[in-house]
Amino acid sequence: MTSLPQNRTAKKLGLVIDLDVCVGCHACVISCKEWNTGGYGSALSDQHPYGADVSGTFLNRIHSFEVAPEGGQIIGEAGDARVVHFPKSCLHCEDAPCVTVCPTGASYKRVEDGIVLVDEDKCIGCGLCAWACAYGAREMDLAAGVMKKCTLCVDRVYNETLKQEDRVPSCVRTCPVNARHFGDLGDPNSDVAIMVVERGGFDLMPEQGTRPTNKYLPPRPRTSLSDSAPIIPLAENTEGARGFFAWLDKTLDRI
Amino acid sequence: MHPAYSIIVFTTLSGLGYGLAVVLGLGFLDPSLLMTKLAYLTSLALISIGLAASLLHLGNPQRAWRALSQWRSSWLSREGVMAIATFIPLTFSAALAIFADRHDVILGFITVLGALVTVYCTSMIYASLKTVDSWHTKLTPLCFLLFSLAGGFLFASAFVGNGLVEELLALLFVFLALIAKLVWRNRATTLLPISTPETATGLGFIGKVRLFERPHTLDNYLTREMGFRVARKHAAKLWVIAFICGVVLPILALLLAMTIGEGLTAQIALVFSVIAYVLGILVERWLFFGEAKHAVMNYY
Repeated sequence: MTSLPQNRTAKKLGLVIDLDVCVGCHACVISCKEWNTGGYGSALSDQHPYGADVSGTFLNRIHSFEVAPEGGQIIGEAGDARVVHFPKSCLHCEDAPCVTVCPTGASYKRVEDGIVLVDEDKCIGCGLCAWACAYGAREMDLAAGVMKKCTLCVDRVYNETLKQEDRVPSCVRTCPVNARHFGDLGDPNSDVAIMVVERGGFDLMPEQGTRPTNKYLPPRPRTSLSDSAPIIPLAENTEGARGFFAWLDKTLDRI
Repeated sequence: MHPAYSIIVFTTLSGLGYGLAVVLGLGFLDPSLLMTKLAYLTSLALISIGLAASLLHLGNPQRAWRALSQWRSSWLSREGVMAIATFIPLTFSAALAIFADRHDVILGFITVLGALVTVYCTSMIYASLKTVDSWHTKLTPLCFLLFSLAGGFLFASAFVGNGLVEELLALLFVFLALIAKLVWRNRATTLLPISTPETATGLGFIGKVRLFERPHTLDNYLTREMGFRVARKHAAKLWVIAFICGVVLPILALLLAMTIGEGLTAQIALVFSVIAYVLGILVERWLFFGEAKHAVMNYY
């Protein structure tokens, strides 16, 4: 059934992604592909993996953006231009348009925790859900002819055969800098919800009206280079020199 | 957006087929004439080819029957249900005309209603997508419906040969379709996209956002499907071709046929108007997809 749950789900499992911390190492991309190619549903295929025109299905990708304030192209003026690494996977939207456009009932949003999934046995591979998603969260697997998307590692987070610390999505478990956090965003007392409030977490493309569950934490403001650099370059500064060095400084100045 | 041939053929041919079904359902054509019987068969053939073509782009076409299940929420599903539902009264009407030389008003009315709703559902598959600004307007279904009706009356004129009423209505609907499409295109070319790289990343509070590095070195499904740009290079030329084929030539051919009245030349002119119109709509549909910009490209 592709209608969204009648009542908004109380539990909203999702990710909080910290753009201040992400270093763009792509470890989560590889870890995601590794886990999900052997887990839920069909494998994540690659096309021409050893050819000239390589492509493949991924559920999580890292983009890198340059963000330049007005006049920020010049270092030290009006704040600096900076690079922000930007991980992107399914946001498990509350009003997920990918779910309601599905003609077969393959796409659904779980009532119990809000995870958006695809029942691959029902998917006809029409691609309309990928057209309906503004975030590029869905990719058609060209080998299987079915739509693939982030499952929030539903086969890990409830998996009692795994150790407690492993019961989080693969991308979260693997991130070497803790830029990705997993939890229940429907519970205001959860770590992730508190983090969102404290750091001013935001939605991507709120104007699309999708009400994403996943939140992004903004990069922290930086001290401008012009503020941190001393007025006299360090190598020129001899203030505070005493004894032999003070004498040497004076003598050499005189020469 | 990537203009898949199967989708272009599907929306064009089934649109024309349902347009012709509307004209037939309204009882414009005398059911005792051979040409009317052929018109019914043409309508059924156009719709069938269109629907068959629509299956070609599916990853798993053998499960296509499942697409009839979610009519409560999905316009694609509604389209499938209505397409098949309309087939039934249309087939009965065709059988009645072919075997009994009759036109049933009630059956015809159901066909008209079904055909119009089907075309509306087809257009809403695209118009309901908020991710494609140029499609997300009530003008999209209006254009689809008018194109469908214009095509229906052009086809009908060609089958009748000397039907002044059909020819005048064909002229009227081609003209109305042109106006609707001009307004649609004017909106599409002047609109400000609702999403930008700044809203897509949420980083607009720092400054202007520009892609520094793609997530991958080559294309992926998303860039192939949503980032199609080939037609955009020739968009102005293709638009002129669509305008000449879809509007200028059919109108000239119609006027010529109306002046001559009847006979072989008039018949040829009317057939020519249909061929030109179909070509025009195919190009228009190519542009409809090829020129459409998807919100996900704010990340690329």
